[in-house]
Amino acid sequence: MADSAQVLYSVKGVKKYYPVKGGILRRVKNHVKAVDGISVDILKGETLGVVGESGCGKSTLGRTILGLEQLTEGNLVYNGTNISGYSKKELKPFKKEMQMIFQDPYASLNPKQTVGEALEEVFIIHTDLRGNERREKVIRLLKEVGLTEEHFDRYPHEFSGGQRQRIGIARAIAINPSFIVCDEPVSALDVSIQAQVIKLLKDLQEKHELTYLFVSHDLGVVRHLCNRVLVMYLGQMVELAPVDRLYENPVHPYTEALLSSIPRPVVGVKRERIRLQGDLPSPTNPPTGCPFHTRCPIAKDHCAVERPKWREIEKGHYIACHER
Amino acid sequence: MIESILSVNNMVTAFKTSDGLLPAVRGASFSVKKGETLCIVGESGCGKSITALSIMGLLPSNGKVTEGSVMFENKDLLTLKKEDMRSLRGNEISMIFQEPMTALNPVFTVGYQIREPLMIHHRLSKREAHQKGIELLKRVGIPSPASRMNQYPHELSGGMRQRVMIAIALSCNPKLLVADEPTTALDVTIQAQIIDLLNDLKRDFEMSLIMITHDMGVVAEIADRVIVMYAGEIIENGTVSEIFNSPQHPYTRGLLSSVPNVDDPDFHLNPIAGSLPLLNEKISGCRFHPRCPHAMEKCKAVSPVTFEATPTHSARCWLMEDEEVRQHGGQRAGTL
Repeated sequence: MADSAQVLYSVKGVKKYYPVKGGILRRVKNHVKAVDGISVDILKGETLGVVGESGCGKSTLGRTILGLEQLTEGNLVYNGTNISGYSKKELKPFKKEMQMIFQDPYASLNPKQTVGEALEEVFIIHTDLRGNERREKVIRLLKEVGLTEEHFDRYPHEFSGGQRQRIGIARAIAINPSFIVCDEPVSALDVSIQAQVIKLLKDLQEKHELTYLFVSHDLGVVRHLCNRVLVMYLGQMVELAPVDRLYENPVHPYTEALLSSIPRPVVGVKRERIRLQGDLPSPTNPPTGCPFHTRCPIAKDHCAVERPKWREIEKGHYIACHER
Repeated sequence: MIESILSVNNMVTAFKTSDGLLPAVRGASFSVKKGETLCIVGESGCGKSITALSIMGLLPSNGKVTEGSVMFENKDLLTLKKEDMRSLRGNEISMIFQEPMTALNPVFTVGYQIREPLMIHHRLSKREAHQKGIELLKRVGIPSPASRMNQYPHELSGGMRQRVMIAIALSCNPKLLVADEPTTALDVTIQAQIIDLLNDLKRDFEMSLIMITHDMGVVAEIADRVIVMYAGEIIENGTVSEIFNSPQHPYTRGLLSSVPNVDDPDFHLNPIAGSLPLLNEKISGCRFHPRCPHAMEKCKAVSPVTFEATPTHSARCWLMEDEEVRQHGGQRAGTL
């Protein structure tokens, strides 16, 4: 991997388990292993994509990295500081550095607050700017994300989905963070609006030298926006590679199947298709050994027993598979 | 020429709202041939789902088809009596929905829900219907179908539920299946399974399929013919290769270049500016002109008529007028 000097955020062996309680005494019976041992270095200025099917733990990973979820195990090292055991108060200066853009911009805005008030709140919490200065800042922000001054006194319901996502983005970039987790920021939007928001995210990244962790199930968007991609399956890492390597030369059978499942908007080209059988197993009771062996077309006996090692197969390209 | 099984002529569907009567579908005309898959594409609010619901007679109580006709095998579905429509629906025309959890009844077993149409429409006994139900579940690729019959919808995964919905929809061998975004809520690997299944079933059951989607990738995989809707109007209509390889309307072109191509590392994303108009927005001329990069003075004033690029390919855009004049020496094609 690249030099440590370039690493912005180092995620080391992160696990996030949710207890499943049952019985009359509500004892912990089992755990949902949402994130089960993820280690990845996020480099300064890059966009790292995290892809996988629903329930693979990609969103939980994003939230855990931002400290929105308690870690079960592992270490988070931000810019050289290990912040994994930090209290809320200790985390505050770091939260200024890290922000999040959510999937559903309507659910993440307070319906009783004007957009101006909502955005001003960020400055009240993190800076000691006064009323007028705050207003000015907010207006500048609105303009930066493609809205206008008039939008300051409007309520969230008066906006379309795309505009609401722009507000969500304005909120995230308000206090000049260096790292933003984007959790499916465009999947709730129509395609023509989706393309506008992707463009905005790209422009802002260039202008503010932002680092993105881009969580998405849309492999087309990921290819367009990301530099490197991490593929997850049932909370575990499956493959990590620079974006073009991953799309042109997927090595793990799950990545291969995932890529060949995407319907292409092209007519008349016959493609080799790999169809996976069955559904995603439950994360409460994941398969033993390699989590993918129950659906894997090339699984052998030992895949059910032994968890495959995470190994580098070429520079910057990692997989966890016994057979490849 | 294969005969059409369904033809929709100049259908207008309007909704009673506090702002008055607002048209959601503004004069849609199209037909579906036997064994053909027609995809209706467009973004949210373009009227694609309302078109399907109008055909099915399932509009919400404030919606009404105010003009036009929907001919299904020489019967106008809009003038049919409620009872006649009910005996047709789920029998000769079936529908599957986006979210199978809300379309299935949570308090009845899968078996109950799959037996119901068979007992009502085909007058099978409970035992016969049960047997047929198991066969159907097997046909749609559900493992251990006999035990699934006794399970409730919440015990199944999203992909399984959609398979159950498809089994129920196919139980009476419909001639036409209307599928409203059937794969949108599913993961890509499951989506691929469902698309393959629909393609297989369509062939085996010799039925026609109307598929509503916003995903151009899905369209390319399944469609024979495509209609593109924008703000309540059909703006382009053609075979799947015509729509993808020589799109005529600027909106169709915009849609195609708004979806990042997975196979092309240098794909240039070219979004359509602006946002979709609201239902109550008054737009003169072409409904797309405020967002159109090629809009001319004429577009702002006069609503475009339908021009033909080929006998199977037409679009509503004034840009085609010049070409039309060149090709046909001034003869203008009529509306569809």
